Amino acid sequence: MYQIVTKRSLNPTVSFMEISAPAVAKKAQAGQFIILRVDEQGERIPLTIADYDRQKGTVSIIYQIVGATTKKLDQKQQGDFLCDFVGPLGNPTRTEGLKKVCIVGGGVGCAIALPVARKLREQGCTVHSIIGFRNRDLVLLQEEFETCSHRLTVVTDDGSYGTKGVVTQPLQAALEAGEQYDEIITIGPLIMMKFVVATAKPFGVPTTVSMNPIMIDGTGMCGGCRLTVGGKTKFACVDGPDFNGYEVDFDEAMQRSSTYREFERHAYEETCNLLNKEVK
Amino acid sequence: MSVNMEPKKYEMPSQPPEVRAHNFLEVALGYDEATALREAERCLNCKHMPCVDGCPVKIHIPAFIQKVREGDFEAAYQIIAQASSLPAVCGRVCPQENQCESKCVRGIKGEPVGIGRLERFVADWHNAHVAQPPERPQPNGHRVAVIGSGPAGLSCAGELAKKGYSVTVFEALHTAGGVLVYGIPEFRLPKAIVQREVDTLRALGVEIRTNTVIGRTLTVDDLFEDGYEAVFIASGAGLPRFMGIDGESLNGVYSANEFLTRNNLMKAYLEHSDTPIVHAKRVAVVGGGNVAMDAARTALRLGAEEVSIVYRRSLEELPARREEVEHAMQEGIQFRLLCNPVRILGYHNADDPRDARNGSVVGMECRRMQLGEPDASGRRKPVEIPDSEFLLEVDAVIMAIGTSPNPLIKNTTEGLEVNARGGIIVTPETGLTSRQNVYAGGDAVTGAATVILAMGAGKNAAQAIHRALTQAVE
Repeated sequence: MYQIVTKRSLNPTVSFMEISAPAVAKKAQAGQFIILRVDEQGERIPLTIADYDRQKGTVSIIYQIVGATTKKLDQKQQGDFLCDFVGPLGNPTRTEGLKKVCIVGGGVGCAIALPVARKLREQGCTVHSIIGFRNRDLVLLQEEFETCSHRLTVVTDDGSYGTKGVVTQPLQAALEAGEQYDEIITIGPLIMMKFVVATAKPFGVPTTVSMNPIMIDGTGMCGGCRLTVGGKTKFACVDGPDFNGYEVDFDEAMQRSSTYREFERHAYEETCNLLNKEVK
Repeated sequence: MSVNMEPKKYEMPSQPPEVRAHNFLEVALGYDEATALREAERCLNCKHMPCVDGCPVKIHIPAFIQKVREGDFEAAYQIIAQASSLPAVCGRVCPQENQCESKCVRGIKGEPVGIGRLERFVADWHNAHVAQPPERPQPNGHRVAVIGSGPAGLSCAGELAKKGYSVTVFEALHTAGGVLVYGIPEFRLPKAIVQREVDTLRALGVEIRTNTVIGRTLTVDDLFEDGYEAVFIASGAGLPRFMGIDGESLNGVYSANEFLTRNNLMKAYLEHSDTPIVHAKRVAVVGGGNVAMDAARTALRLGAEEVSIVYRRSLEELPARREEVEHAMQEGIQFRLLCNPVRILGYHNADDPRDARNGSVVGMECRRMQLGEPDASGRRKPVEIPDSEFLLEVDAVIMAIGTSPNPLIKNTTEGLEVNARGGIIVTPETGLTSRQNVYAGGDAVTGAATVILAMGAGKNAAQAIHRALTQAVE
């Protein structure tokens, strides 16, 4: 069992949890993920590591309530326990030798981008960050990004905060202005990453994307997380989760991520109904 | 004692096919005492014991059958348990027809003694009547790490624990048992039985640490630093293979590993499970091994109306156990033999990109095959028949065509040599790898094979580790 050391809400649908998992904390690196199960009936879900503290033996996750499992997870409070917590899984984000990088994060993906931005900053890299959200209420981790970025641009779809627009607009502007990035690292919804890659490509800037497909074991056994990268079948859990964005078949990844949409919608509604009953 | 000269094995009672096709309860129901006694009386108690030669863990078969004849079932169990760490499992999933029973003298004129059925009877009798856990042996002060809690790992751990070793088993998943839990379905191997065997090992002092991925959470070198004197790698078969044909990424195409894991480990077949699985009406399973049979029969139990095995050779070459093939046929699984998939077709509504069915499987195009000259494996090579394509209408496809080794441990263990296929290279008798005090066995070495071969490898490695560590002390 893995105890929740701290929990706080970051915005109406996104929460932060710090979990006691010394073995995971000891090895965790930016870009890796964990798999957890809330309880004995629970499904295994992958979540990217948002932070870790080797001394305290804790690993932090940031999750958005999107379905039944994240809803159940969010019912857990400080001091409660999670049934299973395994990791660190996947390969760390490769940062060696990078001198100037643009980080592009979208929504809850910013939580995953932050440790990468921090690591780059610590190694003396120039970090430009572009973070995007649907609206003002959903803005996350702005202060944290300010601390580790040399330049930060916040955009919202509806213009209720920061600049109105999507993340590709400031990226396009920066590239057109002649910014020379060694690499663009983007983490967020599939559709956003697809367009970040499309924006970067004409400028020839290498672009790394972080994939978070449906997964069960996370160790290379089930093959559920397969993606087509450069025309070859790759497994996000052992070969990724980071891939060369130019080579990823995003349309296929988006289609595969919808496999259980109906099931998930039902499960979410049922969980909400159940929780409402418990409250009454 | 007189020998029962009945030429055939006593039938194993089982659930009728039309009933069991709709439930996940165990198919075979096991002998009762009277039948077990009669079957045991068929044993000639041969002095040269050919059956023992056929057993990868060398169970003293005539001796245990003798005890069954005497009605001393617990003594029979103790004889099996001396050699095997998982009696109730082996009695169910071992391919006895290719092993002990293939060597049985009674098989020359008639059917061999039902050794597997008797083993299962004895193990089940013990589990039903003896609650007392085994005695914990005197610790010998040595520590050994075992990677993986499947049949090879459990067998190695059990063997070492009985000799007094302090053994820790590291398991990546949240439940111990490896393929016995995620791969083999409930209707062939009830999970309560696996749990019972794991509990027996715990009673012997084996520590099982779940949620620990070697190669990620810890490395093999970390284990030595932590004070383990030897490491046994039993991490299993690895990544599922796909055919490389069009449409394999469509929604509704599974590897057998994923399909079975969702159902068996994550219990997707139960109402209260949070893990989803596609409930398809028409399912094609590609492949002809035991895993393919398990996947097909699972799909049927999940409510499919039509399930086909698609296999490119003929019935004769089908690698699955005969018994599994027969069970599958009785349950109504279709066998589309000499038939090879060409591509998988998906639904595509060009007018509505938001149509929820977009990207899901609607069919599989197959080509008919014929058998040509024998290939390197000695089996006749399937050759395509030109212009023989036909469409199989299905809404799910399960690929059960094998695995390729998992790179995690190899990539994080310097000096661990693997062969061209990625399997860990070992000395056959001992399981010793290219690294000192690192042993390996089971599917991680051989590629996908059987439970009992993995157990044999685990047992041999345990004996080799014992020799190495006790010699080191002397």
